[in-house]
Amino acid sequence: MKRKHIAGALVAALLSPLSAWADWGMNMPRGVTELSEEIYGLHMAAFWVCVVIGVVVFGAMFYSILKHRKSLGVKPATFHESTTVEIIWTVIPVIILVSLAIPAAQALVKMEDSSNSELTIQVTGHQWKWQYEYPEQGIKFMSVLGSKSREASALGSGIAPGSVEHYLLEVDNPVVVPVGKKVRFLFTSNDVIHSWWVPDLAVKKDAIPGFINDMWVKVEKPGTYRGQCTELCGKDHGFMPINVVAMDDAGFQAWVDEQKAAAAAAADDSNRVWTQDELMAKGETIYKSTCAACHQASGAGIPGAFPALTGSAITTGDLKGHVDIVLHGKAGTAMQAFSSQLSDADIAAVVTYERNALGNSVGDMAQPADIKAMR
Amino acid sequence: MNAQAVQHADHDHHDHGPAKGWMRWLTTTNHKDIGTLYLWFSLLMFFVGGTMALVIRAELFQPGLQLVQPEFFNQMTTMHALVMIFLAVMPAFVGLANWMIPLMIGAPDMALPRMNNWSFWILPFASTMLISTLFVDGGAPAGGWTMYPPLVLQTGAAFPMLIFSVHLLGISSIMGSINIIATIMNLRAPGMTYMKMPLFVWTWFITAYLLIATMPVLAGAVTMLLTDKYFGTSFFNAAGGGDPVMFQHIFWFFGHPEVYILILPAFGIVSQIIPTFARKPLFGYSSMVYATASIAFLSFIVWAHHMFTVGMPVAAEVFFMMATMLIAVPTGVKVFNWVSTMWKGAMTFETPMLFAIGFVVMFSIGGFSGLMLAIAPADFQYHDTYFVVAHFHYVLVPGAVFAIMASVYYWLPKWCGHMYDEKLGQIHFWLSAIFVNVLFFPQHFIGLAGMPRRIPDYAVQFADFNMISSIGAFGFGFSQLMFAYIVIKAVRGGKQATDQVWEGAQGLEWTLSSPPPYHSFSVQPHIK
Repeated sequence: MKRKHIAGALVAALLSPLSAWADWGMNMPRGVTELSEEIYGLHMAAFWVCVVIGVVVFGAMFYSILKHRKSLGVKPATFHESTTVEIIWTVIPVIILVSLAIPAAQALVKMEDSSNSELTIQVTGHQWKWQYEYPEQGIKFMSVLGSKSREASALGSGIAPGSVEHYLLEVDNPVVVPVGKKVRFLFTSNDVIHSWWVPDLAVKKDAIPGFINDMWVKVEKPGTYRGQCTELCGKDHGFMPINVVAMDDAGFQAWVDEQKAAAAAAADDSNRVWTQDELMAKGETIYKSTCAACHQASGAGIPGAFPALTGSAITTGDLKGHVDIVLHGKAGTAMQAFSSQLSDADIAAVVTYERNALGNSVGDMAQPADIKAMR
Repeated sequence: MNAQAVQHADHDHHDHGPAKGWMRWLTTTNHKDIGTLYLWFSLLMFFVGGTMALVIRAELFQPGLQLVQPEFFNQMTTMHALVMIFLAVMPAFVGLANWMIPLMIGAPDMALPRMNNWSFWILPFASTMLISTLFVDGGAPAGGWTMYPPLVLQTGAAFPMLIFSVHLLGISSIMGSINIIATIMNLRAPGMTYMKMPLFVWTWFITAYLLIATMPVLAGAVTMLLTDKYFGTSFFNAAGGGDPVMFQHIFWFFGHPEVYILILPAFGIVSQIIPTFARKPLFGYSSMVYATASIAFLSFIVWAHHMFTVGMPVAAEVFFMMATMLIAVPTGVKVFNWVSTMWKGAMTFETPMLFAIGFVVMFSIGGFSGLMLAIAPADFQYHDTYFVVAHFHYVLVPGAVFAIMASVYYWLPKWCGHMYDEKLGQIHFWLSAIFVNVLFFPQHFIGLAGMPRRIPDYAVQFADFNMISSIGAFGFGFSQLMFAYIVIKAVRGGKQATDQVWEGAQGLEWTLSSPPPYHSFSVQPHIK
C-alpha cells in the first residue's frame, strides 16, 4: 500500500502532464447546479487572470535575472522612479479587479436570494453528526458517519481505508432532495459552530448555535453528492460527512412515505414495555453510534477530556440522575442534551446498557415510559 | 536614499563592554544583545513549531489514523499555529528591528532600553506557559489558533493558560512596538527625514502602529472568553443573549492586521536586499512607502473576508470582497517595483539575494491565491479547505520566513563579523525552495478537490497529493537544520567580514565596523 502510493506519487510528479493528474481531482468541481457552474466560471476566470499576470511579471523578472547580471559585465543603470509607469501599473490592476468584481457581486446576489423555495430542510449540527428536519413533511433524523468508515478510521484499526467504499464520505442516513426544485436549507447548531459543505452543490454555510443561516440549491442531476463539515468542531471534526441524494419527484415522494412509516414504527416502540435483553441489544447500537465517540467503546473515556462511564457515580448511581444528564446534557461541557435527538425507547435502552455493560452491573433498567415521564 | 555617513567619531572613548556571564543576557539593555536573544529564541521556537508541523504531516502521510488520536492532532494544528505566529515569526521580526533600526537610523540604542529588556524577557515565561499546556489535564488547546467559541470553551485546564499567555505575548508586542516608534521618532540621525529612512525602518514603523492598534483588541476578545467560561458572562453565548459570531468579528479585526504585521517587515527586508545585489537604487521609494501605508490602512477594513460563510448581508459581503480585492493594487505596486529595481541592474546571486528572489516569486503566488480567495462566491468553495492552507503558507513560509532567512544571511556578517559559508547557504536556499513547493503546491489541488483543513484523516482520493506534501514537509524541515548549522558556524568563526560586507550595500549600518561596537553610534552621523 505504502510503496504503491509513493511510487505512484513520484512517477506522476515526474512524468505526467495534467492529463494523468485529472483523475486525482485537482481542480474545483463544476458541480450540478447553475450556481456551481457560475462559481466555477469565476474561479477559472480569476485563475487565468493570475496566470497571465504571473507570466508577464515573472517573465520580466527572469529575463532580467538572465541578462542583467554582473557576470555578463553589465553596468548598472541608475534610474529609480517613473511616475508614468507607476500610474499605469496602478490603473491597469484596478480595471482588471473591477471587471472581476462585477460578475462576482452579481453571483453573490443570486446565491443569497432563497425566496420562493419549494421545499425547506433544516440542518442542525451536533458534535459530531448532522440532524435533518423536513418541517413540512414532518420528517426528522440523524445522519452519522457510516460504520465501516468508523471502524477503519480508528487508530491502528488495521483496515485499509482504500478497502472501504467512499471512506469517510458515507453516512447512514443521507439527506434527500428532489431534482429540479428550489430547496432552501436552514442551518443552525446545537453546540459549537459547524459548517455544511457539499462541493458539487457549491453550498458552504456555517451552522451557528442560536442563529439560523439559509442557503438554497436547485440540483439539476440525480445522484449522490458528498461533502464534509468544514469548521473545526472538536475531536471528530473530520468524521461528520454529508451525503445529499437527489431524486426525481416520484422517488422523493416514495422516500418521504418510507420515512413517515419508519417514524410511526419508532413511536410504537416508545409505547410498549421492553425486556432487559431488548434494551441491552438496542442500547449497544445506540451507544456505539452516539456515545462511543467521546466515552469510548470500552466506556473508559479520555482522561481530562471525556469522563469514563465505567464505575462513574452517574452510571452506577441513581437512575433518575443518569437519565437526567442524558436528556438534558451538562452545561459548559461537550455533553449535549439528547432529548431532541433520541426517542424514549432509545434513551431507555442506552441508559440500561450503560448501567449493565462497560464494566458496570447495577442490575436495574429504564423503560420508555419512565423516560417520557421525565422529559 | 542618498545618506552619507560621517565617520564613527568616538575612538578615544571606550565602550562599556557587556557584563560577564549569563547576567549579561538577563539584565542587558543593549539593543544588539536583546536582538540576539529574540533571534535565538525565535529560531528555537521555529524548530518547536516545525516539529509539530511534522507530526501533522506524518499523520497525513496516508489515509487512516496511524500515529496520533484526532484530539492530539487538533492540539498539534492549534499549537503549531500559535507557536509559529507568536513565538517564531513575530519575535524574529522584533529581533531584527532591535538589531537593525538603531544601526540604520544612526542611533546609539533603542529609545527605551529597560522596557526593551522586559519585552523580551516576558516571552520565555509566556511561551513556557503556552507549551506546558501539552502536559496538563485535557491536553493543549485544540480549538484552532483562532479560538472560536463555543468550541474553545470546551478546552480543559489549558484554557486559562492559553488566555494568559496570549495576554503576555500581547503585552510584549505592545512594549516592543512602543519602543520601535519612540526610537524612530526621536533618535534618527540629524538630516534623516522620514522620507530618507530605509524601507525596513519604514515598514516596521507602520507595523508597530498596527500592533498597538490590534493587540489590545485581541486581549479584549480573549478576556471576554475568559469571563464567559469562568464568570458567567454571555458575550459569545447565544443562550445568554450573546453572539458567537461577534467573537469572529473582533478576532479578525485583530487577525487581518496581524497578517500584515507578519509580512510588512518582510517587504522592508526585501526592499533592502534587492537594491544591494542589483547594485541599483530601489525603484519607486516613495511609492513603496505609500503602498505600505495603504496596505496597513486597508488591513482594517477587510476582516470579514475570513468569515464569508457565517451568513452576512449581501451588501457586507460585496463590501468586504471589493475592499479585499483592492489590496492587490498596492501589493502589486510593490512587486512591480522590486522587478523594476532588478531591471538593468548588475545582479549577483549570493544567498540573501536568492532568498529575496524566492520571496518575490512565492509571495506573489500566495498573493494570486489571495486574490482568488477574495472573490466571495468562489470563497464559498475555497473557505476552510486546503486551498486556504496553501495560500497562507505561501505568504508565511516562502514569504515571511524566507525574508527572515534572507535578512539573517544579509546581516549576519555585520552582526558577528564573520562571513557565513556561501556554498552551504546556497545549498540551503535551493533545498528550501524546492521542498517548500513540494510541500505546499499540491495543497492547492487537494483543497480545490474538496479536502477540508484541520482534519486528521481524509478520503482516499486525496491520498497521493497528501503524500507528496508530507515528503516535501520532511525535506523542508530537515533542510532547516542546515540553517542552524550555517549560522552557528559563522558565529563561531569564519572569514573576517569587511565593514561594507556587500559590494552594493548602502546605508548607515554598513559604515560601522563588523561586528559593530557595543554602543552603536555614540556620536550621531549627519545625513546630507
